[in-house]
Amino acid sequence: MTSDLRELYQEVILDHNRTPSNFRALEGAAYRAEGYNPLCGDKIQVFLQLDGDRVEEVTFQGAGCAISQASASLMTEAVLGKTVSEARLLFEQFQELVTSETQTPDTDEGLGKLNVFAGVREYPMRVKCATLAWHTLKAALKDSAEPVSTE
Amino acid sequence: MSAVKNDASSSAAPIPPFDVARWRRDFPALEQRVHGHPLVYLDNAATTQKPQAVIDAVVRYYREDCSNVHRGVHQLSQRSTLAFEAARERVRAFLGAHHTEEVIFVRGATEGINLVARSFLGPRLQEGDEVLVTAMEHHANIVPWQLVCEEKGAQLAVIPMNDRGEISLDEAEALISPRTKLVAAVHVSNALGTINPVKGLVDAAHQRGIPVLLDGAQAAPHLELDVAALDCEFYVFSGHKVFGPTGIGVLYGKRELLEAMPPYQGGGDMIRSVSFEKTEFNVPPHRFEAGTPNIAGTIGLAAALDYLSGIGLGAVAAYESELLHYATEQLLGVPGVRLIGTAKEKASVASFVIEGVHAHDVGTILDQQGIAVRVGHHCAQPVMDRFGVTSTVRASVSFYNTHDEIDALIGGLEEVLEIFRP
Repeated sequence: MTSDLRELYQEVILDHNRTPSNFRALEGAAYRAEGYNPLCGDKIQVFLQLDGDRVEEVTFQGAGCAISQASASLMTEAVLGKTVSEARLLFEQFQELVTSETQTPDTDEGLGKLNVFAGVREYPMRVKCATLAWHTLKAALKDSAEPVSTE
Repeated sequence: MSAVKNDASSSAAPIPPFDVARWRRDFPALEQRVHGHPLVYLDNAATTQKPQAVIDAVVRYYREDCSNVHRGVHQLSQRSTLAFEAARERVRAFLGAHHTEEVIFVRGATEGINLVARSFLGPRLQEGDEVLVTAMEHHANIVPWQLVCEEKGAQLAVIPMNDRGEISLDEAEALISPRTKLVAAVHVSNALGTINPVKGLVDAAHQRGIPVLLDGAQAAPHLELDVAALDCEFYVFSGHKVFGPTGIGVLYGKRELLEAMPPYQGGGDMIRSVSFEKTEFNVPPHRFEAGTPNIAGTIGLAAALDYLSGIGLGAVAAYESELLHYATEQLLGVPGVRLIGTAKEKASVASFVIEGVHAHDVGTILDQQGIAVRVGHHCAQPVMDRFGVTSTVRASVSFYNTHDEIDALIGGLEEVLEIFRP
């Protein structure tokens, strides 16, 4: 395997792709959103339950490549227990991590395990895979003042 | 050499082997390395590489003959007009059409279909009518019809396909009804590689007096075409998939139909006379070619068709067919590979999924080894739905691909398995 590929497909990513955390629908979730990448057809649903301003429960469902599945899985672990504004900040840091131009991956202490996605920056075509779950989370939180109805 | 002597010697002589190394040398882009590996270009269904002859023809136009067509009396304009109209004749011969004016230059197959949807189908479509397509259409042979159908309250009817990705003529015939106003079918499927029985489809439609459009985007680079023998009303293809430039394509239409069709776009070249009260339109093909055309593109396309004919589509088809057969066998030997599209009659395309690995991950890992394939839904989402997948990996061969390149693909897939199945 080339070193670039090893950098991208880290064991943590492959593990989370095989057995993702929090991979289920959340019945009666107050917040949810669907994300779709029309380029590759990847679809993801993110479900959220808040306790006041804090993420009490977060799950996802969907199908996609290893990068998008692992990213969604690790995202649910990362934002659990965080406040809504902390989760939003985390997204900004994550986006910076996977798009920054610097060659040597700058790990961000605040990102913890999410730093395994630093290798994505070498693959501009794959950045959307890594951020799909986060965009969907953001959409779900957009109306956190106003829960989406269950139709 | 006399014919008799020739016959006597050729009956015993073996068919010369296809000299792929020789043809490869004509394609400068194939010589490069990608991520430190020799480029293995297996994305020919998306676009083909260009031979030096095409690149030279385009450069020559811009360096020596650059001028507008059908307008100037000066030397350069005469040259470019001659070259432009010679390209039209070149395309006619390639398609086997009866008349040069049956060849309309468009941006690509997509624009050709849109032109027919707007200028031919639109005016004759009524509420409740149907356009009959196959289950394996590219979005370009679905959406233009849907746009017109929505305006008129008409709809699409779909000829189903079996698990191998084949349609049956009996089922097609059963779906042709008095409501059917057009049959629009793909000649060779971009997602599956299936070669459709288009002659049978045309005959079945004609028995009921229904016109047929064939989408030849994937057929033109691989099969010998004869639109006069096919007898279809319309045929479209794209220049960039037959080794020509992007942004140029062809709509073939039967002369009597084109003559009766209103213009698609308004502008220069498509008119006979204009006043602020009334415009008289030019005759086909010019009626459908508003504005300054893609002159360099048509000249490049003609050079591409010259080049392709120089090799011979018969030889190309035979070599590619053997190469596709080899690729298919090798792919089936890779653990977890499932082929999507196993029709008996196929051209160029090996589409597949690997159990437990998403197509995009396969694409990235192959790219790191210099291997270019297409991953995704191939602008044919209904095909993906039919086979219960969201995307596939598609390797599509051309005559310049080699058996070694297929071996490189298989080696690349072994690397994929190594990463995903430790």
